Amino acid sequence: MPDLISLDKIKRHYDVGGEIVRALDGVDLTIKQNEYISIMGPSGSGKSTLMNMIGCLDSPSEGIYEFEGELVHEMDDNQLASIRNRKIGFVFQTFNLLPKATALRNVEVPLIYANMSRRDRIQKAEKALIAVGLKERMHHKPNELSGGQRQRVAIARALVNDPSIILADEPTGNLDSKSGVEIMKILDTLHDSGNTIILVTHEEYIANHADRSIHLFDGKIKEDRKTNKVKSVDQ
Amino acid sequence: MAQFSQLKSSIRESFRMAIESIRQNKLRSLLTLLGISIGVFSVIGVMTAIRTLESSVTSQLDILGTNTFTINKSPAIQVHGPGGNKKIRKRKNITYAHYEEMKRRATLPLRVSVFDETGERNIRYKDKTLKKSAQIFGSDEWALRSLNTYLADGRNFTTDDIRYARNVTILGPDIVDILFPFEDPIGKSVKIKGIDYTVIGVTERKGQAFGQSQDYFLSIPISLYVQRFKSKWTSLGITFEAQSTEMYDKTMDEAIGLMRLVRKVPVGEENDFEVISNEELLNTFAGFTGGIKLFAGSVSVIALLVAGIGIMNIMLVSVTERIKEIGIRKAIGATKRDILSQFLMEAIFLSQFGGVVGVILGVAGGNLVAVLLKVPAVIPMDWAFYGMAVCSFIGIGFGIYPAYRAANLDPIESLRFE
Repeated sequence: MPDLISLDKIKRHYDVGGEIVRALDGVDLTIKQNEYISIMGPSGSGKSTLMNMIGCLDSPSEGIYEFEGELVHEMDDNQLASIRNRKIGFVFQTFNLLPKATALRNVEVPLIYANMSRRDRIQKAEKALIAVGLKERMHHKPNELSGGQRQRVAIARALVNDPSIILADEPTGNLDSKSGVEIMKILDTLHDSGNTIILVTHEEYIANHADRSIHLFDGKIKEDRKTNKVKSVDQ
Repeated sequence: MAQFSQLKSSIRESFRMAIESIRQNKLRSLLTLLGISIGVFSVIGVMTAIRTLESSVTSQLDILGTNTFTINKSPAIQVHGPGGNKKIRKRKNITYAHYEEMKRRATLPLRVSVFDETGERNIRYKDKTLKKSAQIFGSDEWALRSLNTYLADGRNFTTDDIRYARNVTILGPDIVDILFPFEDPIGKSVKIKGIDYTVIGVTERKGQAFGQSQDYFLSIPISLYVQRFKSKWTSLGITFEAQSTEMYDKTMDEAIGLMRLVRKVPVGEENDFEVISNEELLNTFAGFTGGIKLFAGSVSVIALLVAGIGIMNIMLVSVTERIKEIGIRKAIGATKRDILSQFLMEAIFLSQFGGVVGVILGVAGGNLVAVLLKVPAVIPMDWAFYGMAVCSFIGIGFGIYPAYRAANLDPIESLRFE
């Protein structure tokens, strides 16, 4: 199977008041299609920076980043926006939905930026919401939905453009345990149906949903191993 | 072609998003709108009002007709220069004798006609009297022409009526309504200041202008008028009509020369009378409205500038408030241009909508003036168009910087923003 993502000696340095912070300090990483990876590490280890880097929100200070053969580290803002739009689906800890828009509208937004016609957009958005089990809540706004439902809207939004990779940053961090289990079940199902998923988490039991676990420490990969995978159990 | 349809759909989406965000911030949008509306309202309102005044004044000026001019003691619109007013007051009055001599000696005009008016309350027919002072017109056989009206009944003055100062009168329809509600006035005898006048004619009804009836008058021969109503201020107006447009200037030169002769104005001194032509009246009026236009224009420019700054301020607030939203949109694929056009569209939409409201209110307000002055209403399409153009300009001009700021926000920082 070809490499989906390849990071070669990626560095990301920030200049904070004259002091250089090495958020990423030479990360090598390859991710193949349909992998299920967790990224772990203490705070300040560079998890978020790596996540932003893979998600094409950030560009490396040094190193080579290839995404499906495209050289991300050479891209300008517009190309990065386009690759985020077409190939990456984000799921955030705080959901990051547009508060004043309905669930359907939220899911529709990425398709707007993909210049899809309105009819196709609504059709696809509805399909994605049905896939995460929110058929009945499509026309509700985020403040009318529970945390678990909001995260499912976010997952639908991440999925709607058929991305190459789903990036989930602490997807269960703001949820009660029952909703957390539901969300992990959805992610597991997505993986089973062929999606590539990267989970950022500091919870061991969440990380164990993945097949492969990467531990970061001080901006470097300290450990990269297979996990004792647990399948989410039906309750 | 594909790119064009893409552009169209992206504009449509920006527009939809702009409406969404305006709907979500109703009060704030309304207040911003109000600024623009007031600015546009003031321009359109003043312009509509002036346009109505202009059209009504122009229609009034038709009274003088083309190829005519009038010689008067004082100008039509007095401009008080230093000592100017006093100089005019010290001039000799224009008398009936002056008129007669002008009429006898002028060779070029088609007609030479004389006119004056005063007010009089003491008018009765049997037991009916007027409660309000009526206009008394002294005129010659050109009475109807001078009044810019037509006969509804009876006849006009004849030259003999004027020459022999016969006790005859032509009534305005309002006078007929009061004195002859159930009778035919023709041939009846009306008492003006205790003296009987035979009614020979009634004019057509003209209605109101500037809130005043144009039908509340009695017209009598000028020869009689100067006997009965002359005071030390009475100065007649003499109207000349040239035979053709080509002859107009010559006719005027002759009239001015003769008038100087008749009034014995020494060579080298300026005229002790005013020549008033349609053209001159229009010019004086245009100068007057031009001043108002300039003033209203500058006030509106300031108002619109303030409104524009208001829009900019609101948009900056809006950008700050929506940093998180911008971050989310960027994370899921919005380009700088997407964000820019979203915020720009919002600013343009706000200013355009404000402009439309302002134009509607302005036209309504300006026409209210028209209704109050009882003159026909107008819609200044050109000014409405300028107003809208200025609004787009304001929307773009003052919306571009906030939109630019929004577009250039860093997605990671924005996502982290709480």
